[in-house]
Amino acid sequence: MKWFDYECPRTVEAAVGLLSAPGRKVRALAGGTDLLVQLRAGRREADLVVDIKEIGELNELRLDSSGLTIGAAVPCYRIYNDPAICRAYPGLIDAVSLIGGTQIQGRASLGGNLANAAPSADAVPILIALGAQCLIAGPGGPRSLPVEDFCVAPGRNALAPGELLVSIHLAPPLPGSGAAYLRFIPRNEMDIAVVGAGASVVLKGNVFAAARIALASVAPVPLFVADAGDSLIGKPVDEASINAAAEIARAAAKPITDMRGTAEYRRHLCGVMTRRAIARAIARGKETN
Amino acid sequence: MPAQTHVTATINGEPVQFLCEPRQSLLECLRDILGMTGTKEGCNDGNCGSCTIVFDGRIVTSCLVLGVEARGKEISTIEGIARGNRLHPLQQAFLENAALQCGICTPGFIVAAKALLDQEPEPDEERIRFWLANNLCRCTGYDKIVRAVEQAAAVCKQEAAR
Ligand SMILES: Cc1cc2nc3c(=O)[nH]c(=O)nc-3n(C[C@H](O)[C@H](O)[C@H](O)COP(=O)(O)OP(=O)(O)OC[C@H]3O[C@@H](n4cnc5c(N)ncnc54)[C@H](O)[C@@H]3O)c2cc1C
Ligand code: FES
Ligand code: FES
Repeated sequence: MKWFDYECPRTVEAAVGLLSAPGRKVRALAGGTDLLVQLRAGRREADLVVDIKEIGELNELRLDSSGLTIGAAVPCYRIYNDPAICRAYPGLIDAVSLIGGTQIQGRASLGGNLANAAPSADAVPILIALGAQCLIAGPGGPRSLPVEDFCVAPGRNALAPGELLVSIHLAPPLPGSGAAYLRFIPRNEMDIAVVGAGASVVLKGNVFAAARIALASVAPVPLFVADAGDSLIGKPVDEASINAAAEIARAAAKPITDMRGTAEYRRHLCGVMTRRAIARAIARGKETN
Repeated sequence: MPAQTHVTATINGEPVQFLCEPRQSLLECLRDILGMTGTKEGCNDGNCGSCTIVFDGRIVTSCLVLGVEARGKEISTIEGIARGNRLHPLQQAFLENAALQCGICTPGFIVAAKALLDQEPEPDEERIRFWLANNLCRCTGYDKIVRAVEQAAAVCKQEAAR
């Protein structure tokens, strides 16, 4: 790796100050499972690396009546090791337990998964489906952004220079709500999504009261298919409704052909994975109804 | 020569200090600065798990940790596994089950498997395989490794009962 300086600030303000350093290439470091690989391979450059893991707000993991707050630097294992979070947000748990393997989950954060802005990022579709909000600090003060607006191009996010993702917030789960994330890979673990599908539903009796669907690895950014979720609202909870929503998701996908699969194969998988994700979300919704 | 950073940490229960550049991985620091060459480098990008260590209570790939991040941290490596002159049941089981050939992956597997057995004394085969999914072996085909971990788990359980 090329030479860089390292700082480990204790406060959000200090981190923003460092990230705003004029004329320097500055990168935030959370778990480093994307950043250190990219710096070593020369795919990204930095002359200052700002370790954000010692900042209180970024390590916060709090479930209360206002929902779930996940500090941007909290590693995956802390999320799935919390039984109350597992019960309240099983769809999120699907995603955080399949990022990398045990060692990667000991370090990899949701904030890093989002900020890295890979089309294949496994945590992003379920965060979109759950309607998560990003809380951001920066030289111009704090702001929040819906997670579906956070990734803007492959490897590029919506943060302005000097801005830091502080935390991710999820609303409390409603009665009758369920969510799921499913990923298709050729093996059981440790691979990049060929297609991933995240779905969340809210059931009122046998009718969909709300639904959101998002996909991984089928567009330049994680893809929010608002129409697919909207099509379910007011419809009966049956196969015809699910198939219609999955068809909308399939049609919205703009996949490419690469070594993991052809565009045609991916489009087909979008339909299949969306159907299965909705079905699993429904099953979980029925448990909480 | 740009400034080096002074790092103090606890490795295998002993206080340790070293000087490193911010860009050096903890794996490099262990091997090249501290001479602790038990931890191996395979891929240097987080995929193979041969550089696995326990860092702050969790197993991690030390190629994706910076040496400077070790300041004030507790670390355990393969060098801390044996009990004095006696092998740990995992090490003994790897030998008895021929769970290694070239041996490059072995320290990583043993450190990772020990972390599992420390928290779950009786993991089933599926649990073992998923836990070790971040550890690659190009020689053994994995079955012998899984058998060795199962055998070691049984031995550890007997020891605990005694
Ligand atoms: C072996 C291996 C397997 C993997 N498997 C998967 C997988 O199955 N699924 C998957 O989705 N990913 C996978 N990844 C990629 C990676 O682990 C994840 O994307 C992870 O969530 C990144 O988090 P991190 O904390 O390590 O981020 P880092 O590497 O620390 O940061 C990633 C990027 O985000 C920026 N950043 C981080 N935090 C912030 C912040 N708070 N504010 C602003 N910018 C920030 C950094 O500057 C950097 O550009 C894998 C990686 C490896 C090495
Ligand atoms: S050398 Fe670290 S994971 Fe391969
Ligand atoms: S024994 Fe050679 S890689 Fe595992």
